[in-house]
Amino acid sequence: METGTSRVKRGMAEMQKGGVIMDVMNAEQAKIAEAAGAVAVMALERVPSDIRAAGGVARMADPTIVEEVIKVVSIPVMAKARIGHYVEAKVLESLGVDYLDESEVLTPADEVFHINKHEFTVPFVCGAKDLGEALRRINEGASMIRTKGEPGTGNIVEAVRHMRYINSQIRKVTNLSLDELYNEAKILGVSYELLLEVHQLGKLPVVNFAAGGVATPADAALMMHLGADGVFVGSGIFKSDNPEKFARAIVEATTHFTDYKLIAEVSKNLGAPMKGIDIATLTPAERMSERGR
Amino acid sequence: MRIGVLALQGAVTEHIVSIEKTGAQGLPIKRVEQLEEVEGLIIPGGESTTIGKLMRKYGFIEAIREFAGQGKPIFGTCAGMIVLAKHIAGGEPGHLELMDITVARNAFGRQRESFECDLEVKGIAEPVRAVFIRAPLINEVGPDVDVLTIYKDEIVTARQGNLLVSSFHPELTDDYRLHQYFADMVEDSIAANQ
Repeated sequence: METGTSRVKRGMAEMQKGGVIMDVMNAEQAKIAEAAGAVAVMALERVPSDIRAAGGVARMADPTIVEEVIKVVSIPVMAKARIGHYVEAKVLESLGVDYLDESEVLTPADEVFHINKHEFTVPFVCGAKDLGEALRRINEGASMIRTKGEPGTGNIVEAVRHMRYINSQIRKVTNLSLDELYNEAKILGVSYELLLEVHQLGKLPVVNFAAGGVATPADAALMMHLGADGVFVGSGIFKSDNPEKFARAIVEATTHFTDYKLIAEVSKNLGAPMKGIDIATLTPAERMSERGR
Repeated sequence: MRIGVLALQGAVTEHIVSIEKTGAQGLPIKRVEQLEEVEGLIIPGGESTTIGKLMRKYGFIEAIREFAGQGKPIFGTCAGMIVLAKHIAGGEPGHLELMDITVARNAFGRQRESFECDLEVKGIAEPVRAVFIRAPLINEVGPDVDVLTIYKDEIVTARQGNLLVSSFHPELTDDYRLHQYFADMVEDSIAANQ
């Protein structure tokens, strides 16, 4: 019997496909998310839009919140550790968290090195905005990739850009000859073996979710249309007027992302979504997606 | 021969790839009408609470019960096994309540306790590689249930007539013998109906 194998870790992400993973800040929100049909919850102290508003250093959540959430739901519980913060990740693993997010939403603890994720029994998800980042994270042991998007903005434009860019890069790699692949690996700064795998599979070797700026059911469906395997919704749900209804609507729109009548139906009378931020008004320092390469 | 994979949430494509290795055609099923196009159905792994909710929402509970009532085979893996079970331990209400088993959810623990190992399955010659992910197991079986695999005194694969269930994920390996076993069940049911 073997635990923590690559197949067990990547397989866990496969089981989340077609689903919605929701940010929650306490037990009550976790129960709402589970009842709405979330496939997992991300236990946080603050959602990204509040992290933006608060400023300062954002760190791993208080273990009390994580434990509280683990206690009340039967679906998997995820939590975020800072980029490069091995100890935060080990602490969260010790609490029984099912999946770790080494996340640019928190203030990075290391500006050069990410966590060696092979040393963990639980799987990791990491953000990426291009194929090079995605493959470097997979090389470090990530079992799931998500777009970085621009968290806490309620603006889908960056997630769209990242998903489109990664997919266009994959299409290019698929068409390269084997000798061209060596040079492409050098340009992207990734291992030749991993790039060869992408060339052969025509996709990433792990699940790829959309994240960062999903604010409406139609946003979630758009990301599925662009090829996402599933969706993370951060600030969108519990910053909306009616979180319960909103969460159910996002779940349905993700499952039936080509059924536009259904999306119209679930989008009715949802109340105001989060207000959102025009990305162009953010300074480079305010852009979370620039963190971790 | 066409075999559907319930595509509300979960590892749908992996099952389609595995079932197509047996020579059958695999079809994702998103709407109840599509059940008419297939002779067998796989309910994949995923989150059973999510899949159960969406099944209720879109009328799949009645439709799949009717499908099973016509003698058409159904194969549930992990979450699929939970939604097929008559009883869920701990008092949670069941979903399809078709198979005379009681299942315990997340019976091996959290993700850090998830594992893979080799297991003997009755009716398959050599052991299969079994991948368990936050897996359920079967606590009790009714008199009509045939136990196919026992792992550390626990039942993890079973069959009752046209229903087949496994705690683990055969779709996560290249070994498609359990899918072949199911495809044979579908073939037998087609022959019996002619």
